[in-house]
Amino acid sequence: MNAAPKRPLLSRVADAVYWMARYIERAENVARFIDVNHNLMLDLPRGSSDQWQPIVDITGDRAIFQERGGAATQENVVRFLAFEPEYPNSIYSCIVAARENARSVRETISSEMWEQINSMYLLVTAQTRKGLPEVLPEFCRQIRMACHLFHGIAQDTMSHNEAWYFLQLGRRLERADKTSRMLDVKYFILLPSVTDVGTPYDEVQWTALLKSVTGFEMYRKKFGRISPDKIAEFLLLDGEFPRAVRYSLVLADEALHAITGTSRGYFSCQSEQRLGLLRSELDYAQVEAILGGGLHEFLDSLQTKMNAIDECIREDFFAQHAAPARAGA
Amino acid sequence: MRFSSYQTDGFYDEMFEADGHPRPHVRLLVEIIESLSDGALLRYKHAAERLLLQMGITFNVYGDSAGAERIFPFDLVPRIIPAAEWSVIEAGLQQRIHALNAFIDDIYHEQKILKDGIIPSEVILSAVSYRKQCQGLNPPWRVWCHITGTDLVRDRDGRYYVLEDNLRVPSGVSYVLENREVLKRIFPGVFEGLSVRPVNEYPSRLLEMLESLAPDGAAEPRVVVLTPGIYNSAYFEHSFLAQQMGVQLVEGRDLVVSGGEVFMRTTKGLERVDVIYRRVDDDFLDPEAFRADSLLGVPGLLAAYRAGRVALANAPGNGVADDKVVYAYVPEMIKYYEGRDPILPNVPTYLCWRDQDRAYVLDHLAELVVKTANESGGYGMLVGPHSTASERTEFAGRIRANPRNYIAQPTLALSRAPTVVDDHFEGRHVDLRPYVLCGKEIYVLPGGLTRVAMRKGSLVVNSSQGGGSKDTWVLAPGQTQSQSQSQSQS
Repeated sequence: MNAAPKRPLLSRVADAVYWMARYIERAENVARFIDVNHNLMLDLPRGSSDQWQPIVDITGDRAIFQERGGAATQENVVRFLAFEPEYPNSIYSCIVAARENARSVRETISSEMWEQINSMYLLVTAQTRKGLPEVLPEFCRQIRMACHLFHGIAQDTMSHNEAWYFLQLGRRLERADKTSRMLDVKYFILLPSVTDVGTPYDEVQWTALLKSVTGFEMYRKKFGRISPDKIAEFLLLDGEFPRAVRYSLVLADEALHAITGTSRGYFSCQSEQRLGLLRSELDYAQVEAILGGGLHEFLDSLQTKMNAIDECIREDFFAQHAAPARAGA
Repeated sequence: MRFSSYQTDGFYDEMFEADGHPRPHVRLLVEIIESLSDGALLRYKHAAERLLLQMGITFNVYGDSAGAERIFPFDLVPRIIPAAEWSVIEAGLQQRIHALNAFIDDIYHEQKILKDGIIPSEVILSAVSYRKQCQGLNPPWRVWCHITGTDLVRDRDGRYYVLEDNLRVPSGVSYVLENREVLKRIFPGVFEGLSVRPVNEYPSRLLEMLESLAPDGAAEPRVVVLTPGIYNSAYFEHSFLAQQMGVQLVEGRDLVVSGGEVFMRTTKGLERVDVIYRRVDDDFLDPEAFRADSLLGVPGLLAAYRAGRVALANAPGNGVADDKVVYAYVPEMIKYYEGRDPILPNVPTYLCWRDQDRAYVLDHLAELVVKTANESGGYGMLVGPHSTASERTEFAGRIRANPRNYIAQPTLALSRAPTVVDDHFEGRHVDLRPYVLCGKEIYVLPGGLTRVAMRKGSLVVNSSQGGGSKDTWVLAPGQTQSQSQSQSQS
């Protein structure tokens, strides 16, 4: 066993850092959802109606949206997902929550990280006051770039200590969850007609999906032809692409082992055991089997397992105290 | 922007003589400011405000529901204090803090000053901030006020007076450090010509002092800063100080008392804590000892402190000397404990519990400033000349109902300093809050927070009441006269 670190990490601080990272990743992914859907709608054949309901569905928050009583128009959905202060998973709420968490651990993270989160906050609050963005893709790009910048700053200004690994853990788990939901969008989205399956129009949608996770180019290099099962394999099981579920879980697992100091292949707590199991499952999974059992069903169970891992992390590391600022979930 | 049309209006001005000439120690500053191109100062001002917002240097306003985070208004024109003036302030503060510590220690032990009849017992024992739980406690070196932020003001004659002692959990020092950083970033030229004493050693001095309080046997003492949390108005400062000292910032829920010792909850279990710089009021510190409904505190903390297992700064109970009625007796304390006259005088104070004083106060409400004995932050006060008849009637009623709780002072013509207002300079009233650290020795930070009443004519400088601040420069000895030659900062 390692000697106690000179500067032990407060449970509350670990919790806040972990959630700060999750919220930033969540904000980035919601911006990606909106961007890809907007892009898709532009490619719809003339005469077919816009579909904005599917991206509400993939967040898992359809009920909350419906309570608000609006139709699933572009305006309503973008307002809800991007700017609604009352909806805890909107980009706005995520960035506010990330900032609240960052504020409570300002002495742990670097000043540069804090300033970057703060400028994201100023960006999103200014846009919220102004109303819907005139050029939606530009707004989504700004959010994406701001999140990239945050991670770059974190990488280079914060010591890669225990708190940093909690940041990585939160970020990777959130990303694995969101990529799995992105992949699920094809389950919810309706093609203009059943006969469109496998047509060029179908290909347009799959391409847009890859682009939404910045995976189009990397996919092309690896598999060339656009094919649904290869895309599922790429986004779920790839061991090199940074937004793939398996890759994200591998990094999450590494972060967790760095936190506990347990050797790889062993586990010292529930979270390590669960995450290790899920990781191995993906390490040895075959896409044919997944598709055979139903992709949507697989993704659903994947998300359930990741939620359970999150619960275990809370139990193992944060549970000794009341929860910090948390917008939702 | 030029000072040519600037008016001192009969007040003591920090920069200009009554005849409109700049005081010797600010000549260089005036020269530099006047040599700036048109609009430059405003550009600097906006740059400074953007910088503060970007850095998230904000404070929370209680009772403001609209999100409530604001930047602390910051005026670019620094306030400069010549070395000779500063040395008097420094000596005066050292003398005062020394006497206050002796007083508090006396009150919680033998109470000689009461027995000798210097201060009436009932004044002390009726102070809301007197804590009988602290009777008999022996903090290291018998120091009770480790961190103080004394408020000084100048009257029409330019003389400095002590307005308040702020012994409990004084705030604002982070703005002293941040204001200096901002001014250096956007206004570097000015520093090159003057020998301004640096303020950035404060966090190291603070840490050193805190470590020196550690209970015996703590080889590498662990110091933490205890904050009420992110919704506290001074939260920025709590995290800033923790960050600058490289220590952990904890909330009450992070700490636990076990086996008589204090621990913090970490991802790897409990870790011992030796010194707590607490920014939580006495009342909320320990629900077992003080207010039982406190959710911010740590049950059992006072018992651990009493047993000498953990150090607290500032010491609980020290607020007894911060009561505004007790304040009136500080000059007597200085004579009693130090055997000397006070270097820095008090503002004359009427104590409403004395029949004669009360009659005078009730007769002269329109001229006086009335303060609640145990409030701070500019809450619960009446500024007579700026009050309405109905406010005065209400205060008169309150004074009659609870005379012990009120004091009154003459309305001082606080000194003013030139402040950027729109596109020109106007005089605004200021005060000065220097910061004093007291462990084995007493250290006065060469600088301080100059608070500015940003509203025209206002005498209330508190940030909760719309006050702003100025960077405050204490000049090194030998630099009181301005010289146009370049000299780099020492």
